[in-house]
Amino acid sequence: MTLLSVSGLQKSFGGVVAARDVEFTVARGEMLAVIGPNGAGKSTVFNMVGGQLRPDRGRVLLDGHDITHASPQKRFRRGVGRTFQVAQTFLSMSAAENIQMALISCRRQSGGLWSPARERHREKAVQLLARVGMAEAADVPCSALAYGDVKRVELAIALAGEPKLLLMDEPTAGMAPRERTELMDLTASIADTQGIGVLFTEHDMDVVFGHAARVLVLLRGRIIAAGAPDEIRRNEEVKRAYLGDEHALERPKGARPA
Amino acid sequence: MLALDPSFLAVQALSGLSSASSLFIAACGLTIVFGVTRIVNFAHGSLYMIGAYTAATLIPRLLDLSFGPMTFWAGILASALIVGLIGVIIEVLLLRRIYGAPELFQLLATFGVVLVVQDLVVQVFGPEDILGPRAPGLRAPVEILGRRFPSYELVLIAAGPVVLGLVWLLLRRTRFGVLVRAATQDRDMVASLGVNQAMLFTGTLFLGAFLAGLGGALQIPRVSAHTGMDLSIIAEAFVVTVVGGMGSVPGAFLAALIIGQLQAFGILIVPKSTLVVVFLLMAVVLAIRPYGFFGRAEVVGGSHAVGIASRKPLPGRFAMLLAVVAGLACLPLVADAYLLKVATEILIFALFAFSLQLLIGVGGVVSFGHAAFFGLGAYGAALAVKWFGLSMEAALPAGLALAALGAGLIGAFVVRLSGIYLAMMTLAAAQILFAVAFQWVEVTGGDNGIVGVWPAGWAGGPVPYYLLTAALTVVAVLLLRRIIDAPFGYALRAARDSEARAEAIGLTIRRHRWLAFMIAGAAAGLAGGLYAFSRGSVDPSLLGISTSVDALTMLLLGGIQTVMGPLAGAAVLHALRDWVMPLTSLWRLMLGLSIIAMVLIFPRGLVGTVRDWWEARE
Repeated sequence: MTLLSVSGLQKSFGGVVAARDVEFTVARGEMLAVIGPNGAGKSTVFNMVGGQLRPDRGRVLLDGHDITHASPQKRFRRGVGRTFQVAQTFLSMSAAENIQMALISCRRQSGGLWSPARERHREKAVQLLARVGMAEAADVPCSALAYGDVKRVELAIALAGEPKLLLMDEPTAGMAPRERTELMDLTASIADTQGIGVLFTEHDMDVVFGHAARVLVLLRGRIIAAGAPDEIRRNEEVKRAYLGDEHALERPKGARPA
Repeated sequence: MLALDPSFLAVQALSGLSSASSLFIAACGLTIVFGVTRIVNFAHGSLYMIGAYTAATLIPRLLDLSFGPMTFWAGILASALIVGLIGVIIEVLLLRRIYGAPELFQLLATFGVVLVVQDLVVQVFGPEDILGPRAPGLRAPVEILGRRFPSYELVLIAAGPVVLGLVWLLLRRTRFGVLVRAATQDRDMVASLGVNQAMLFTGTLFLGAFLAGLGGALQIPRVSAHTGMDLSIIAEAFVVTVVGGMGSVPGAFLAALIIGQLQAFGILIVPKSTLVVVFLLMAVVLAIRPYGFFGRAEVVGGSHAVGIASRKPLPGRFAMLLAVVAGLACLPLVADAYLLKVATEILIFALFAFSLQLLIGVGGVVSFGHAAFFGLGAYGAALAVKWFGLSMEAALPAGLALAALGAGLIGAFVVRLSGIYLAMMTLAAAQILFAVAFQWVEVTGGDNGIVGVWPAGWAGGPVPYYLLTAALTVVAVLLLRRIIDAPFGYALRAARDSEARAEAIGLTIRRHRWLAFMIAGAAAGLAGGLYAFSRGSVDPSLLGISTSVDALTMLLLGGIQTVMGPLAGAAVLHALRDWVMPLTSLWRLMLGLSIIAMVLIFPRGLVGTVRDWWEARE
């Protein structure tokens, strides 16, 4: 069943067309990867779905609701969770408080002036942390966590809003190879069990071909190919897009089959 | 009608042009320095003042030796060069140590320099205003459309474009200029290209200070050199740079032109409105273009905001609270009337500083004009007594309401901005109110303020008024404390830590910050009202820059990363001021040096340092 449906999306910066006629869909529980060489328009497309950029043309539908012009805040309330290329958490708070903050906002209690925030939704926050394997770090300040752990906390924050769609911008950037696989395995299992659609951009081809159900290839703002990882890997046009790096799409050694 | 007489309009426009020129020369160094170093140099006005004093002292002696226009202009240039060298000293000793510090610390440290210079200028040049010589050869006025116009003003009108041209040539045609422009666009890139950063920054400060000195020196035939020039010019220079776009020299020129004409013609439409008009222009421009005419969004977004972090509640905090309340309640048993008066003022300033902590420490919103709300509270209460004959019981809430209302209005403008533009806008807002209080003599009493603001009979006398202040302060602080720990306070912290994350979890940042402004404003207004009744009077200085800086200094002294730091900071600063100031004529010098020392070696403040030491011991 279609969760996210993007149609005719277009965006130019000055004379440069960063996205042209972009169309795709994401189903519940599906993981869709957007790849492409640098400057292909991945971030532009991503930020138009996330609400950080306004498209010049086209529509973004989430669960049938038009969210093309909604602010990031409204998209959150419609069920969009997101993580950032450089993990964005609240460094002055503990891991649990980060999640509690998201839960407070989710329940529209952020205007509360009286009862202490640290006592609100604590149990639920620890449960969410447990789901990403961070329950023990609940009371550790986020500023004292290793980067890989911060990424997990960020995932838990995104899950706190009970999203239907999870946007992950280069989810494994800056992580060690083993951590990458672990984080994406975790994301995949959560997406699968809860029926969350995941849209992610990624540079690491191991991650892309190891975890995406479908892959979307962008080149100069256009989608040049879309399909299962194996089809993409065989696609001649895609190989040419990665010219000079012909082996970029070969099946990585030791990676699990998609 | 006089105002429609073409010759009158022409002369008015010309004098507008000459003040535009003066303003541009004074402000253009500030914008260049900001472009390269990303520091808003509060001491720029002090350099301007030193330029004026140096020229007013030096040029008469030179003219005694050899009278003539050449000597005069050589003296102007020499004064500017001397100021340029002082700028180099400031860069080497102070600025290069704080390039990486948070904006708030940079502003405070350079304000420390302002205080130091204020006392040093009196020491070096004496307390009297110094009237400079008139320029040889330019003493006779010229006739313009039948009206007499000072010929020196014509020279000033030409000086602005000449300086603009020379600066343009310097920036376009020299290697130094290329580096300055490159650093203004992307400082990190210039650094990674192997450019000698230290030389570039020192050179930039020389240029900026030279221009400030030149601006000051050029003024001496028009106005005498006096203390207080520094703060009045820096406020206007801030407006020029902010309206023009920080870092943009042409922007500063355009802004100065507009402001010059606004001042020249604004006073014809609304007399005595000059200050207000200037700051209203800034408010309007920033509301439409948040980065001024030619400014750009900060790529880096300023330095990482510092503020309080969450920690576990201390065990036994209720016992501590009870002890503090008991201590405060029992003070009248041991203290004499004088000590009680000091304690009352300390409590008032503690509440004032604490209200600012909600914005800065919790929200990461660097408000540089918190005096606005303190002053609104004080004036609100005083006006209620004077014009409406209200009693203290009604006047205090009136002051609080006026401050909250003002904070709501100012906050609505300000929350759209970020970083240094926000700091400047809050400063401007406070200056507008200062100007209103100063110039609207019929209502506010102008410079003399309002007297006869005495508490109700039951609260009169040192002991009852102290107890009233203590009770209200304790209640207000506890309420604010509660808010800081409540979801609302957490939401403010969240927006401070990461705006992107806060938006992605659905927090409406601007609305939260706006409400924070109103809460902080109300608390500051209560403090202001209490202050008015404790003094029996109000005057415009309550709205001045130094009142804002007092609150910031208390925060810094106590520790910006602690919740209770501002209370300790207020106590220490006020106590020191009370005991040290009568003993020395160099109080501002000492305060300035202390602020600089705190920024450089003691940035965590008293409470922060003690707490870290305690935690390390455990």
